[in-house]
Amino acid sequence: MFEQWRNFREGNWVKEIDVRDFIQKNYAPYDGDDSFLAGPTKRTLKLWDKVMELTKVEREKGILDAETKIPSGITSHGPGYLDKELELIVGFQTDKPLKRGIMPFGGIRVVEKALNAYGYELDPATKEIFKSYRKTHNDGVFDAYTEEMRKARHSGIITGLPDAYGRGRIIGDYRRVALYGVDKLIEEKQKEKRQLALEHMESGVIRLREELSEQIKALHELKEMAQSYGFDISQPASNAKEAIQWTYFAYLAAIKEQDGAAMSIGRVSTFFDIYIERDLKEGILTEEEAQELIDDFVMKLRMVRFLRTPAYNELFSGDPTWVTEAIGGMGLDGRTLVTKTSFRILHTLNNLGPAPEPNLTVLWSNHLPENFKKFCAKTSINTSSIQYENDDLMRRWYGDDYGIACCVSAMRIGKQMQFFGARANLAKALLYAINGGKDEISGEQVAPPFAPITSEYLDYDEVMSKFDQILDWLSLLYINTLNIIHYMHDKYAYERLQMALHDMDILRTSACGIAGLSVVADSLSAIKYSKVKVIRNEQGLAVDYEVEGEYPAFGNNDDRVDSIAYSIVKNFMNKLRKHKTYRDSIPTLSILTITSNVVYGKKTGSTPDGRKAGEPFAPGANPMHGRDKNGAIASMASVAKLPYQHAEDGISYTFSIIPKALGKNLDERINNLVGLLDGYFHDGGHHINVNVFDKETLLDAMDHPEKYPQLTIRVSGYAVNFIKLTREQQLDVINRTFHERF
Amino acid sequence: MSVTGRIHSIETCGTVDGPGIRFVIFTQGCPLRCKYCHNPDTLKISEGKNMTVDELIQEIEKYKSYMDFSGGGVTVTGGEPLMQPKFVKELFRQCKERGIHTALDTSGYIPLEHAKEVIQYTDLILLDIKSFDYQTYKELTGVSNEPTLELAKYLSDIGKPMWIRYVLVPNLTDNPDHIEALAQFIKDLKTVEKIEILPFHKMGEYKWEELGYNYELKETPAPSKELVDSVKEIFKKYNLKV
Repeated sequence: MFEQWRNFREGNWVKEIDVRDFIQKNYAPYDGDDSFLAGPTKRTLKLWDKVMELTKVEREKGILDAETKIPSGITSHGPGYLDKELELIVGFQTDKPLKRGIMPFGGIRVVEKALNAYGYELDPATKEIFKSYRKTHNDGVFDAYTEEMRKARHSGIITGLPDAYGRGRIIGDYRRVALYGVDKLIEEKQKEKRQLALEHMESGVIRLREELSEQIKALHELKEMAQSYGFDISQPASNAKEAIQWTYFAYLAAIKEQDGAAMSIGRVSTFFDIYIERDLKEGILTEEEAQELIDDFVMKLRMVRFLRTPAYNELFSGDPTWVTEAIGGMGLDGRTLVTKTSFRILHTLNNLGPAPEPNLTVLWSNHLPENFKKFCAKTSINTSSIQYENDDLMRRWYGDDYGIACCVSAMRIGKQMQFFGARANLAKALLYAINGGKDEISGEQVAPPFAPITSEYLDYDEVMSKFDQILDWLSLLYINTLNIIHYMHDKYAYERLQMALHDMDILRTSACGIAGLSVVADSLSAIKYSKVKVIRNEQGLAVDYEVEGEYPAFGNNDDRVDSIAYSIVKNFMNKLRKHKTYRDSIPTLSILTITSNVVYGKKTGSTPDGRKAGEPFAPGANPMHGRDKNGAIASMASVAKLPYQHAEDGISYTFSIIPKALGKNLDERINNLVGLLDGYFHDGGHHINVNVFDKETLLDAMDHPEKYPQLTIRVSGYAVNFIKLTREQQLDVINRTFHERF
Repeated sequence: MSVTGRIHSIETCGTVDGPGIRFVIFTQGCPLRCKYCHNPDTLKISEGKNMTVDELIQEIEKYKSYMDFSGGGVTVTGGEPLMQPKFVKELFRQCKERGIHTALDTSGYIPLEHAKEVIQYTDLILLDIKSFDYQTYKELTGVSNEPTLELAKYLSDIGKPMWIRYVLVPNLTDNPDHIEALAQFIKDLKTVEKIEILPFHKMGEYKWEELGYNYELKETPAPSKELVDSVKEIFKKYNLKV
């Protein structure tokens, strides 16, 4: 027994690595209200001002500063401080706050392009090393891609693939470092490796042995990194401050080593609460100090930066890092996992003001304490910075210690990872079905040729049969492409530190995704319930459509079309399930776009629902703009019908409402928002972003960005800083269905 | 045969017509011609579409979770719902069978006998008293306010909860003496749960233009916060909840 574990209740967690058991044995559920919370201290505000000053300069310059020579690694840079005297929690990715590191193991070209875009030059020696001596993930992938894969990638039927940068969507169990100290973790990994001295050395075992060795090295480096800040983290954390610092160090090592598309922090608040409660009882911490620690921790998470190309930011808007923290939820034994620190971490939105990061995600259950529900609703109304996900639904799959990778992808912490697969453009696939596998914009034959539809009006059965054919082709191509990407990522850009914070045997998923669901559902509905005339160009390519008559559109709680949307998801998922995947991962599906719905739309021709070429798709699983006529809840109800069992990687829905449409005063608004969330999740909805603000505010922010440095809005699965969006994205957000009838 | 109603539209996320989240049915047709009406497209009973009670109940049931969790229910507004008493009565009767809270938004300009049968299945009446002053009311709406006041007394007598709604329009319904008189009237009613001051807004103006009607309140501003507060004070003086 470690001395640092004083006053903790023992359990299985003492015998083996089992953070969940530690939490269950020791946490204190809280069902009280928010009156105990402390505001920001002078110190906190002073420190936050410094952050705001830096981010202002950053916004003007694009990026504040960048490394050009030394590839980022756990011990490559630092220590770095914002204000050594004021900071309670320390550590930056490089030697200076907001200075961006380079991670060429994913791909050297992207690093070079990104540096050039901001006026920096990659050091010639570094460039030489990665061009001549050290192969990258990106090189490996393109060595193995087939011609068909390149074409599909180029035409945009499959896009956003992590083939040139870190794949992300892996959550290390960073809490293990605080609870056990690094030495214990190294010892466990060594034991695991000894177990793998098998008689037959096959490739799977060889790979695992090599990976375990890398993990152990990474853990040693983690200790070394902490040492550079003056901390010995070989032993467990002995108080709240150390628990937060140790956990943050573990996370910091991960983001120094990987620039994954999404780098979630996991589910740390209730874990921290156990330490905070012990400190409070021992009289070595006050509420104000506890809040300071959480405020500081969150400040650090808000300062995570990766070097991206401007094209990436156009796709995903702003500077996304997806430092997702899952908050609340219920335990398997029926006790709530809400603690005072669940409140404290949400309270950072009040103390420091709204922000997109960390991506605060409340795991909602109908059984959550009413006081917590109300506090969440109030904070949503004031800051539009929270997303909600259905804990009652996910608990059945993932138990009660799962986190959210990126936006909507649930996974058991330390026991599961995913092979991120971005998304396939199903609207484009539908057009391929009509055009015999040719791209509707370039005219290029992307899918294997088959007979195109030649009739003047589209026939539902004919379209469906061809669409089915295209999906067969697409699903196989998609899985094969992911197999190559993740084989190479494991080989050239393995997540040493993050995987060191996992069990040896984990569950892997191949996380596929789709974009354009509501476009396809509406298109098929139009073909079925009204008449759709095809307009072809001189080459006979269908390039536009005329819809004659009305059709039921997705988002009106109308089963005629909602059942079509349901079938599309189920059908495509079943096709994905048929294919052999890398490392026997389990295929899953998400309906999520973040802000890439704008770019997907740009690359897709006119569709049979009446949407014109280039117009944005709706984000995630949202109904198309302006087609939901029965009010906000009809729209939510349509989305709630989509089958989570066939979209286990998450179904994202974005909800924007003006304050007045939510009720006449704050109390009514809180009550109604809680009712809305309870109803939506009770009826099977998986995820919802909640935005509460006036259109006028957004219009004003477009013209006067300097007045709104912290204006945060939720988009599919994620929050963004509104003023960092491109103008096109801003307009898309404003035009998107705003619920404002009252 | 299921009873049929003449419907203008449906809103699934109503939050301002009664408590909680409400399934709001806007009926077609109204005997009043209020100058500030923000739903002038609901005035004529000849327009809109027919929907049966069965159809509506089927729709309503889809939203039961939202109503249950927020303490909401169904609200019928319009137009004037009580122009179709049989329809509303049957709709509410079936709602009550399913344990759904019912609210009726009415001007009360309807023979009391017709109203009574609907009221027995109504949990909450949102009673619009557009003015307590007979002349003002007449000028504003084209009709008398006597049936409305009679209905209010009846609701009080039978113990039926009501919210009084008062649309505050500068230069039209902001006479403090009239408001004072209204407050005195209301304080004697036993079942008024609260008074809602609805500040005049012009969001219905474009509809008037679309319909080719003459909108007389073009120049009228929305009431200032001071005006709204001063009116609230009058009601508060009589210990009424605003």
